[in-house]
Amino acid sequence: MTEINKEPKIIGFLCNWCSYAGADGAGMARRKYPPNIKIIRVPCSGRVSPELVMRTFMQGADGVMVLGCHIGDCHYSDGNHRTAKRFPVFHRFMDYMGIDRGRLRIQWVSASEGLLFAEVVTEFTESLRNLPPMRGQLKSLQRHTIAEEIQG
Amino acid sequence: MKYAYYPGCTAEASGAAYDATSRMVAKELGIELQEIPDWNCCGATEYFSIDHLPAYALVARNLALVDADETPQVIAPCSACYINLKKVDENMLKHKDLRADVNEALAEGGLSYTPGTVRARHFLDIVCNEVGCEAVREKSVHSMDSLILIPYYGCYIGRPEQNFDDTENPQSLDRLLSGLGAHVPDYSLKSSCCGGHMPQIGMEIALGILRRLLDLAAKLNGDAIVVPCPMCQLNLDAYQSYVNSRFGTDFHIPIVYFTQILGLAMGMDPSTLHFGENVVSVEPMLEKLKAAQPIEKPKKKRDKKALPMPLPLSQDKEQL
Amino acid sequence: MKIGVYTCHCGSNIAAKVDCEHVAEWASDLEGVEISRDYSFMCSSLGQELIQEDIQKLGLDRVVVASCSPHMHEPTFRGACQRAGMNPYLCEMSNIREHASWVHEDRGEATDKAKALIAASVSRVRYHEPLFPKQAPVNDATLVVGGGVAGIQAALEIANAGYRVYLVEREPSVGGHMAQLDKTFPTLDCSACILTPKMFEAGNHENITLLTYSEVEKVSGYIGNFTAKIRVRARSIDEVLCTGCGLCEEKCPVRIVDDVFEAGLGRRKAVYRPFPQAVPKYPVIDREHCTYFLKGKCRLCEKVCPTQAIDYEQQDRVLEVEVGNIIVATGYDAFDARRIPQYGYGRYPNVFSALEFERMTNAAGPTTGKVLLRDGVSVPKSVAIIHCVGSRDVRYREHCSRVCCMYSLKFAHLVLEKLPGADVYNFYIDIRTPGKDYEEFYHRLLEEGTKFIRGRAASVSDATLGEEEEGKLIVTGEDTLIGEQRRVPVDMVVLSTGLEPRHDSHNVARTFSISCSREGFFKEKHPKLDPIATMTDGVFIAGCAQGPRDIPDTVAQGSAAAARVLSIIGKGQVEIEAAIAEVNALTCVGCQMCIGSCPYNAIDFLEDRMVAEVNEALCKGCGTCVAACLSKSITLHHFTDEQLVAQMMGAMDTLFALEPVPMEA
Repeated sequence: MTEINKEPKIIGFLCNWCSYAGADGAGMARRKYPPNIKIIRVPCSGRVSPELVMRTFMQGADGVMVLGCHIGDCHYSDGNHRTAKRFPVFHRFMDYMGIDRGRLRIQWVSASEGLLFAEVVTEFTESLRNLPPMRGQLKSLQRHTIAEEIQG
Repeated sequence: MKYAYYPGCTAEASGAAYDATSRMVAKELGIELQEIPDWNCCGATEYFSIDHLPAYALVARNLALVDADETPQVIAPCSACYINLKKVDENMLKHKDLRADVNEALAEGGLSYTPGTVRARHFLDIVCNEVGCEAVREKSVHSMDSLILIPYYGCYIGRPEQNFDDTENPQSLDRLLSGLGAHVPDYSLKSSCCGGHMPQIGMEIALGILRRLLDLAAKLNGDAIVVPCPMCQLNLDAYQSYVNSRFGTDFHIPIVYFTQILGLAMGMDPSTLHFGENVVSVEPMLEKLKAAQPIEKPKKKRDKKALPMPLPLSQDKEQL
Repeated sequence: MKIGVYTCHCGSNIAAKVDCEHVAEWASDLEGVEISRDYSFMCSSLGQELIQEDIQKLGLDRVVVASCSPHMHEPTFRGACQRAGMNPYLCEMSNIREHASWVHEDRGEATDKAKALIAASVSRVRYHEPLFPKQAPVNDATLVVGGGVAGIQAALEIANAGYRVYLVEREPSVGGHMAQLDKTFPTLDCSACILTPKMFEAGNHENITLLTYSEVEKVSGYIGNFTAKIRVRARSIDEVLCTGCGLCEEKCPVRIVDDVFEAGLGRRKAVYRPFPQAVPKYPVIDREHCTYFLKGKCRLCEKVCPTQAIDYEQQDRVLEVEVGNIIVATGYDAFDARRIPQYGYGRYPNVFSALEFERMTNAAGPTTGKVLLRDGVSVPKSVAIIHCVGSRDVRYREHCSRVCCMYSLKFAHLVLEKLPGADVYNFYIDIRTPGKDYEEFYHRLLEEGTKFIRGRAASVSDATLGEEEEGKLIVTGEDTLIGEQRRVPVDMVVLSTGLEPRHDSHNVARTFSISCSREGFFKEKHPKLDPIATMTDGVFIAGCAQGPRDIPDTVAQGSAAAARVLSIIGKGQVEIEAAIAEVNALTCVGCQMCIGSCPYNAIDFLEDRMVAEVNEALCKGCGTCVAACLSKSITLHHFTDEQLVAQMMGAMDTLFALEPVPMEA
């Protein structure tokens, strides 16, 4: 029986200029969302290295969100282009590691999209409730060998 | 092009002409219609306000009877049927509880419907956007250039918003009819209500509504009002004499289906097009068509004193 | 290590959902925490003194403030630490207001979240290092974009203080929408009369370089030191030779509808000045319509020009200017009423837009100020003014455009003044008159006999009934005060169209690295306390580009933006962000992945040593290179891997620690 993850633990890496301000906007407008996400501020979503995300999963996070400015609106002109290119590759790496792709969410949220932020966080939190807790999976991840990967 | 076909219950009564000519025109345009076996009434507008669940189940039964693999789209010629089929599909898709309740009801009859599998289309939408006005024009053998035809869509066809045509100023019928050569004025009441079942509820109100529609059509010298809805046809046609006696007016405007006009344009014998079922005689229109005197379009004089006028949005190049 | 943790109640803003006292007590047990306090308002001077005292008395070397968003008060608390002799970068904030108390319902959940956020900050702050921002000089020139009244006002304020201003305007003349208006509410003074002197001053000021028919194409740099690339479009007129006599315009055989200045109601020539008082006085040749440019023949203007100022060969010029600050005042677009078919604009001749009506009532406009129907001859006996066209309507624009009620009242007054005895109807939802002497103006209109019908007009149609309605337009709508449907036949309908963001506001925002609000107006740094600044230091916004507003507010914002710029110029120095990237040359393998990832070309490759190096002046601290570096040789100060991992682990560990212990089966 799959274990039900009542309260998934989520770490959100939010770019300072758009998404962090968007999350502030959700606060100012008192838009309610589940408390599961804990936000870490980064200057740009381009700062979020795949290693940092991996490390977060290894620490037992059930989900990771990387939120940045919309393409074209990046405060650093095109830092988020790197994010957009980097994480599709990282998704493949997650497959390799045996981590469900649904645990990582990349999303563009502008400073004025507080409502969108609240909606995305709510929806992401709900979706993670269907996955078993990450911490329990960590042990099986270690057994998930390259040999198994090749054999499919 | 093969579609499921839902005639709707007017097809067997007041709207028989619409059903028959729709089938004729469809055949001519290469549209294969697969009538839904054992279809039932869509409940029109009333049932939805009386009892929610049976109203939904009634419509969903028709969708369930469609073989979605073979014909994932269903054509309804009647605007009310069209909107009901569309509404039920969309709401079942949106609301899980409704989906479950409706399917529970359908299960009693051994049926079930998965929302999103059958798409409802209005026959006008199919003719204009699938066949295309250009292809229809190519099939036509008689020009309508001796007629002023008033395009009247009724209130259902463009509603709710995000339909196949604009809600307030739809264009498909305009384009279709002008493509056939007819003179098509900008009929500003084109998407106003015809009164629906108002004649059965409040005749005075219904006649006021109908008078307004007929008055503007008469002012535009319309030879006929062209409709894509059996309710509109019935109200404007059957109650035209009531309007005349109530308001002392003298309207004799035939109310015809767009499929009948298409039939005429494509060279079908008028006697086969069910014009005899009309209350207001269609003869003057048919005679005008026979005489084939093209209407001269008024030449636009440029008045030097006149102030410039903004272009309609549809003609503004920058906006397109 | 001695860390001080300060949990703010923010009155009841935080305390209502977070048990601050409990959180403070709980935080005192976190590793390295010397003192943990809670206080009602940490940002107050008493709150700040609390921190300062602890730093000095207890010898704190790290501070965590758990309160609101760092966007709000990071500078405040960094300043407090600095005053106590601590490096400001050793202070960290936990956002337990916007990210906890304001967004969660359950007090227990919000309290737990606050704990996790504080633990994360405490864990992070241990890895903070002192940083020392460098100073850079401020270029004392300013770029003002948009030559409407906001831009003109800002430019004049700065120029009068003795500093250079580059004033850039897209159209051939400055003046903006205000130049189109006839009267201004509520005083009814003539718009041109009050604006023209300012336009003239801006055009002739020794400190203002006026660049009309020009657009800013690219901006680079940072506060104090921007470089802007400006395209000055070819006027096809030699400005040195041209005297502005207007002979070319008079003789030009091409007449086209003027969609910009005359709002489509009037015509202009292919060589033209938008209006007689245009600044600068030189005309432009509109190459899209000029016969010579289209067909290679005509050159009539060249023949009649007494000073040989016509230059068909002129090319666009691209200027590069260096400025310290930028003010963006690009104004608004009027809502296109054709998008609401039921009001019949573009369908019935006698439906007019608000700007058309402004031009009509203007003595210098197409009808020389006469109120006429579209035939240019007939005088209307009845006029309906429909409010909120495109505004306060979720299908189009949800916002209130703020000026329409007042200008609609002005229109009603002007109709009655020009056509005594006419019937004037105002279809309104609410009459909004928030301004000095505005309500008084409304009362005056009530007395003047304008008829007010409370209800959004449903439709305008030509479906008349009976002879007396012949040729009229029928306005229908519900009069919500008497609860009845109204059907009002009138000769003329004026649509009070709302104010929209410029159609290209998103592109302009990108050029200046600022952002747009949901509806497309430029987003301010703070809606209440900093409506002039943007998230990009050194870029300010003024006027309707930020949101709909009337002339007095626009002028005030123009001056305010100038004041902000002058305060930066006056300081003379700006601090350059210290949180920038640095390459560890010992571990760098010279793969150059970072160079491709940098949005600013701020990383050089040192060929001799085969390593990358960050140019401190160009680096903005985005950290994209850090994530790209294969050998983990780049550090982004203040967002180092250690700091971010520590912050994440602080949060995760707390979450697991707070989790209820599962019951044994």
